[in-house]
Amino acid sequence: MSDVTVSRAPQGMPRPDIDPRFHKLLAHADDNLILAHRLGEWISKAPELEIDIALGNFALDHLGVARSLLQHAGQIEDEGRDEDDLAMLRTDREFFNLLLVEQPNGDFAHSIVRQFFIDCYQLQLWPDLATSDDIVVAGVAAKAVKEADYHFRFSRGWMLRMGDGTDESHVRAQTAVNDLWRFTGEIFEDDNGGYRSGWDQLIGETFEEAGLSIPDDPYQKAGGRVGYHTEHLGYLLTEMQWMQRTYPGVEW
Amino acid sequence: MDATDLSGGGVVMPTKEATDARQVVARVVDPEIPVLTIEDLGVLRSVEVVDGTVVVTITPTYSGCPAMKQIEDDIVEALHRSGNHDVLVNNVFFPAWTTDWITKEGHRKLADFGIAPPTSPDAVLCPRCASDHPRMVSRFGSTACKALMVCSSCGEPFDYFKAH
Repeated sequence: MSDVTVSRAPQGMPRPDIDPRFHKLLAHADDNLILAHRLGEWISKAPELEIDIALGNFALDHLGVARSLLQHAGQIEDEGRDEDDLAMLRTDREFFNLLLVEQPNGDFAHSIVRQFFIDCYQLQLWPDLATSDDIVVAGVAAKAVKEADYHFRFSRGWMLRMGDGTDESHVRAQTAVNDLWRFTGEIFEDDNGGYRSGWDQLIGETFEEAGLSIPDDPYQKAGGRVGYHTEHLGYLLTEMQWMQRTYPGVEW
Repeated sequence: MDATDLSGGGVVMPTKEATDARQVVARVVDPEIPVLTIEDLGVLRSVEVVDGTVVVTITPTYSGCPAMKQIEDDIVEALHRSGNHDVLVNNVFFPAWTTDWITKEGHRKLADFGIAPPTSPDAVLCPRCASDHPRMVSRFGSTACKALMVCSSCGEPFDYFKAH
């Protein structure tokens, strides 16, 4: 993989120029929006029809979460931006998603490993946010937790099948783990919710059963939460936003 | 608005306007499953009239359900046709919708339509021949709320409304 090396922002550095509540809503919304776009790229190309439909379903779930959170973020910001403005008219430096979700689909193993890492995270995140004082966030999270459970059962099933499958599937799964592991530390950069131990446990159990190993390379990459992204996000946004950029205000 | 009020009326007696508006809205159907009304589905939470504006509160079944926009548009159109020109459709997420909110009538209509109504996956009956133990082909079906199953007896593939 050929990432541009970005200068790393200090860990957990807040963005003093952005309202923390707005920033946090965008971060969660962007994780789901960008992942939804990546999953959508699989449509019509997945190895089996059922997988195609499953990934399309996941994309819809993530997109639904993103829409609700972006709409809410727009209301919190109170500058007259709606969900469409926030999705279609921000630049890459104004997106706060994890670097993990913007990584290219790669082969099926890369997409599944990426999904599995996120599912394990969202299974910690949503139950926590479901008790949020913010009633909109709590409602979105309460719905999302059930969806994350479906996603997890699917991605975990494929982790086991690939890891404990043929030599070829095992190598591909382990390679994807090795490639993507360096983006997992960022999930817990600002781990106020204490999600790391729950995540580690789900990963550990599944890896053991699948015969996969956790890479010992300690290198970790971060920056997404403050708007420093890998080059992949720019290409993704170009595709996602081109219609609105080319024909400003167009609706259908 | 009280988002936890699922009956639409609560303890406050609904006005005649609100009752009439509710009757109109309650007939709007799910565009994906047109035998079910949004009332059968439990998507319709309340209809109130506030200062002459009909305020309809609905809740999505799944976060990204693409039918929600269509349902909103259909509610507005139905109310316009019945002479209610000021309409506001509110989408609320809390408390989260569950399949428990599908009415008995909804369950019956689903089965008649060939969709196994929500129940535990082990208790699903083939909507065609009612035999038990159908096989789950895919947890993900033609829409976000359904899974794909096939009957082990008559061989009929069918949708199962996921209990959620």
